[in-house]
Amino acid sequence: MLRAERLRHAFGRIRALDDISFTLAAGETLTIFGPNGAGKTTLLRVLAGLVRPQAGRVHLDGGRRAVGWIGHAAHLYGHLSVRENVLFWASLYDVPGRERPARVAAVLDRLGLGGRADQPVRTLSRGLLQRAAIARALVHDPSVLLLDEPFTGLDLAAAAEFRALLHELAAAGRVMVLATHNVEEGAELATHVAFQRTGRFVALAPRGERGAPEIAHAYRQAMADA
Amino acid sequence: MRDVLVHAWLVLRKDLVLEWRARTAFLSTLVFTVLVLMVFNFGRDPTAIGPRDLAPSVLWVTFTFAAMLALNRAFQLELENQALDGLLLTPMSRGSLYLGKFGANLAFVTVVEAVALPLFALFFNVPVLPVLAPLALVTALATIGFVAVGTLFSAMVIRTRFAELLLPVLLLPFMIPPLVWAVMTTAKLFAGRPLSEMDGWLRLLAAYDIVFVALATLLFPVTVSE
Repeated sequence: MLRAERLRHAFGRIRALDDISFTLAAGETLTIFGPNGAGKTTLLRVLAGLVRPQAGRVHLDGGRRAVGWIGHAAHLYGHLSVRENVLFWASLYDVPGRERPARVAAVLDRLGLGGRADQPVRTLSRGLLQRAAIARALVHDPSVLLLDEPFTGLDLAAAAEFRALLHELAAAGRVMVLATHNVEEGAELATHVAFQRTGRFVALAPRGERGAPEIAHAYRQAMADA
Repeated sequence: MRDVLVHAWLVLRKDLVLEWRARTAFLSTLVFTVLVLMVFNFGRDPTAIGPRDLAPSVLWVTFTFAAMLALNRAFQLELENQALDGLLLTPMSRGSLYLGKFGANLAFVTVVEAVALPLFALFFNVPVLPVLAPLALVTALATIGFVAVGTLFSAMVIRTRFAELLLPVLLLPFMIPPLVWAVMTTAKLFAGRPLSEMDGWLRLLAAYDIVFVALATLLFPVTVSE
């Protein structure tokens, strides 16, 4: 379970988060749409514990150990191989030593990186780097996934595979918060949808039966009204 | 406590592996060290001041600048793919991260000093071998102190625009006390005085180490927090 209570944060005069509250239960995915500078990334960083909010609280079952983060940056070291990188992060998340090699091999295979496990990360293309970043984020089997434009750099096939993986993870009870500009990708995964502008949720509701066109229309309307 | 040390070891080992694979920082620091020794060797009038009178100061100026280069690179490793954020997302304590970085920096500077010492003996014709054990003790005590402070400041400045300029500006004032004690002790050692005569300075160096390792470990979480 993930609960945000009245989160507020500002950078100088710029309000990044303004009274944000929501609760997500197991298996639920909140997709946040918003223009650049709306505060989506700041919200994810607050939820992850990277930024301490100036007001409000985050309740997260399992603490930092329960969080997996996929964002713009890969958090990987260029001079280590894909396997060495994922092993390093697995050990920092206290994945038991005996399970580690098998867990790393499984997650790399799942992301189509089995054949590139020993390749140095600095030699990977942008798309493969993003896949390796996803492997890093999933290796400790997190119960909460924070996704900041996670489809960046993935080709169509890889993006479809990743969406399928996210559906699997949601079905297995993972809580997910996804920040994106892409209505098609975001709507497909969402159980709840929020529109964020200048730090505020101008709308937050269950997705219900709405498809991507309806959500896109509601988004445009919410942005125009705000 | 076990977790703190295990995580610190993981960070330390990762940094050393990265340095071993890239070698750029080590080689550039080594070349810089040789150049400093050469400048001091050829840039003095041997009839005005004897090499042994100048030797202790030259040795510690060389170690200081070499350490500064090493410390500058300590957190630059974590800028690649924003790996520092990845580290801060893990359940590892900030103290573990500091201790891991401190250990890696200490190892790096120690290796540079170990290579620089024979070169120094060669250039300045100083009999280092008879005083090697006490000199190693003084070097270790002084190095621990300024690497402890330097690791903290390196983390503090890494997200600023002028990190490479700011680090020496912040660090040099804190390096003055251990440097003064180390130069005085080294001068006495080269003059053939027994170690017991330098007891007071050695105690001061040890006290500096204890105080600043403890302080830096406590303050480090503040420097990496947003």
